[in-house]
Amino acid sequence: MVKPTRVTNSIRAHREQQGITQAELARRIGVTRQTLLAIEGEKYSPTLELAFQIAREFGVRLEDVFEYPGA
Amino acid sequence: MVFHERAAWAGLIAAVVTVGVYIWLLPRADAWVGPMLWAIGTGIAVSILITILWGIAAGIRDREAATASDLRDRDISRYGGRAEYVVLVIAGLVVIVLCALGAEGFWVANAMFAGFVLAAVIGGLARVIAYRRGLA
Repeated sequence: MVKPTRVTNSIRAHREQQGITQAELARRIGVTRQTLLAIEGEKYSPTLELAFQIAREFGVRLEDVFEYPGA
Repeated sequence: MVFHERAAWAGLIAAVVTVGVYIWLLPRADAWVGPMLWAIGTGIAVSILITILWGIAAGIRDREAATASDLRDRDISRYGGRAEYVVLVIAGLVVIVLCALGAEGFWVANAMFAGFVLAAVIGGLARVIAYRRGLA
């Protein structure tokens, strides 16, 4: 059985706050909309590089977008 | 649905069709070679046909997204490939054992055929589940 990621994120909240659509953010970070959907839904862990890219798009630090339990 | 997920579904359907064609043809034939070749050929043709038709349908809706793929597709493809590899190794070992025991060509070929089909089904299922439920 596939275990979804334990990494949680607030991508949707940041996206909605800044008025960015899923398609637009996906285009900016170079992934498909389905992959962004999977990351937002916490079904897929982004690579460290992708996580940094997402945080940079929102103009915040990595830990403002992504969290790991116990950290 | 992205290109690689459609391909995973196409592979799964083709594997089922391959087994279906083989099971249907085998009792009606004198030898196993013809039915097996027809089954493999039909499976390949079905997979190509589904991929093309589904790709055209997806392209009509969103041309750019129809062929797009990224690192998640590569991760899922690798994950499915590992599952396939395990099944193929087991099938290969079974074939070696059958050869060592002096089994007839029918059993050796069918063991490998079953290995290919099982690998395709398990690899395809692993990919589809990873797309649907997530991949850590």
